[in-house]
Amino acid sequence: MTPSPSTAVLELRQVSVNFDGFWALNDLNLSLAPGELRAVIGPNGAGKTTFLDVITGKVRPTKGDVVFRGRSLLGIAEHRIARLGIGRKFQAPRVYENLTPRRNLELAVKGSHGPLTLLFGRLDSRQRDRVQQLLALVGLEAHGDQRAGSLSHGQKQWLEIAMLLAQDPDLLLVDEPVAGLSEEETDRTGALLRSLAGDHTVLVIEHDMDFIRELGCPVTVLHEGHVLCEGPMDVVQNDPRVIEVYLGVEDDA
Amino acid sequence: MAKLRTWLPWLLLVAAGLILPAILPPFRLNLLGRFLSLGIVALGIDLIWGFTGMLSLGQGIFFALGGYAVGMHLQLSALAPGELPEFFGLYGVKALPAFWQPFSSPLFTGLCIWVLPALVAGVLGYLVFRNRIKGVYFSILTQAALLVFFNFFNGQQKLINGTNGLKTDTARIFGELVGSDGMQRSLFWLTLLLVVAAWALCRWLTRGRFGDALIAIRDDEPRLRFTGYNPTAYKTLVFAIAGAMAGISGALYTVQSGIVSPQYMAVPFSIEMVIWVAVGGRGTLIGAVLGAVLINYAKSLVSEQLPETWLFIQGGLFLLVVTALPDGLVGWWRQGGPRHIQAMVGWPPLAPTYPGLDLDPAVQAERQALSSQASPAKAPPASTPGGAP
Repeated sequence: MTPSPSTAVLELRQVSVNFDGFWALNDLNLSLAPGELRAVIGPNGAGKTTFLDVITGKVRPTKGDVVFRGRSLLGIAEHRIARLGIGRKFQAPRVYENLTPRRNLELAVKGSHGPLTLLFGRLDSRQRDRVQQLLALVGLEAHGDQRAGSLSHGQKQWLEIAMLLAQDPDLLLVDEPVAGLSEEETDRTGALLRSLAGDHTVLVIEHDMDFIRELGCPVTVLHEGHVLCEGPMDVVQNDPRVIEVYLGVEDDA
Repeated sequence: MAKLRTWLPWLLLVAAGLILPAILPPFRLNLLGRFLSLGIVALGIDLIWGFTGMLSLGQGIFFALGGYAVGMHLQLSALAPGELPEFFGLYGVKALPAFWQPFSSPLFTGLCIWVLPALVAGVLGYLVFRNRIKGVYFSILTQAALLVFFNFFNGQQKLINGTNGLKTDTARIFGELVGSDGMQRSLFWLTLLLVVAAWALCRWLTRGRFGDALIAIRDDEPRLRFTGYNPTAYKTLVFAIAGAMAGISGALYTVQSGIVSPQYMAVPFSIEMVIWVAVGGRGTLIGAVLGAVLINYAKSLVSEQLPETWLFIQGGLFLLVVTALPDGLVGWWRQGGPRHIQAMVGWPPLAPTYPGLDLDPAVQAERQALSSQASPAKAPPASTPGGAP
């Protein structure tokens, strides 16, 4: 089922992370094929966020290796990993509230991010078009020039997704994209993520089971820092081990 | 009308530059020039603190470096060939220390005033930012660096006259005494010009995407990293620019005060610089200049009458800003401060809310219709703003 190492976009090999004696990740193996859409679920404390931290370079694994397109990411600074083509959306929407949505996107849009470029360079027409296109895509055209801090929660979630797209990464790591969204917004987010898969590799972490079923993609279940099982949603949902960790049938914690 | 609004501040500025030297006595004009020069170091603090979120309590280092550069040059320029600055005789120094030599060149000094502080700030900043030291730890570190420099300069009698500092009053530039009224008036104009230039530089830096990146660093630095930015480069660059501005400010302050001494690196002075910016308004640029000039002018006026009360007033101002005016005077003004006072005295102005409830004629008519009815029991549910995406 897992693709061979040479074709995988991202591969985590026996990754373990130790925080002062607590193993947040424990011998985690995971592999993503190019263009794949993958959902990751797991109860609280399963290590989902640490898992993203390891990929994006925020946390250095105690053991194991993270390989992106055949290249190890260990010891590479966060901004360099981002430039390699890994984009991340955070759990709580993190947009720059004191800037307008347009300026948020202009900061994120693909291109050189060095200080001299920002000082002396100007956005080219392709970049400006892209910003405008993304504003339209997430329905923020009318709000393009007001403070992002005054947007609603859902609009901020969408703005952050747009910022992620502006970076044009190969691999999108999306942490709880539909938390706090209305049903309609959730549906549209799902459709958007599905449409991105194929050109991009997308990894979604989510709590909302209905949303994941709607995505219709393979699911990886994390528990206590390692992969409990993988497979389609229907299979995973009926797996007794998954039921146990979610419902705590035997050891009622 | 809009044209007038853009040009009016500049016209006023030119008018002030021409009129003030004519109507102010030389003593007052000199004070104003000194305080204006402090506006430049305040602008630098606004850049690194107001925009980038780095609270430096050590800008006195760069301020004093600029001051010393110009002080050393003026000490040398007053000498006949083969002479040594007077103070060296007190400590039995017979030959000019090597690092003094290049300061006899006006060109070298002119560069040194801003390049040296920028370099020191750049190196110090790079080491600190690379290790991701920020917030209060950064502030403590800058203050510690300030103390190191202060103690070093204080102790070096044989090199730079130690605690006594270097006098510049009796030196000559272009054959004119630095302390003379005519020279001080020229220095006032030079200061005014450089304040405007520094403001323009800061405005250029903060207006475009570069400024957006600074604000992003202030508000959410890790987020910016994950977008592919290296905040260390930005912070180092901006800290070096603020250092250069502090150096120019210190040089101008020195020639208008007549002395540079290690007191420029005293801890309270660097904290005061931050207070000027806080009172004027963080992140507003013009507020930094206004804060520096107003507070220092107030300080000199109050100190002439009631010398012992100034520290209480300054502390009170700082408390007021921290508790009631987090964006300073200029921030308060821009956010419609006068209207808040209007509202406080029971005459609230109409608020152009989205979707324009207060000013929407249809809503106004409905409100009148409702209030004309006898029972204002319950307002009808407000229609939800349409157009949600």
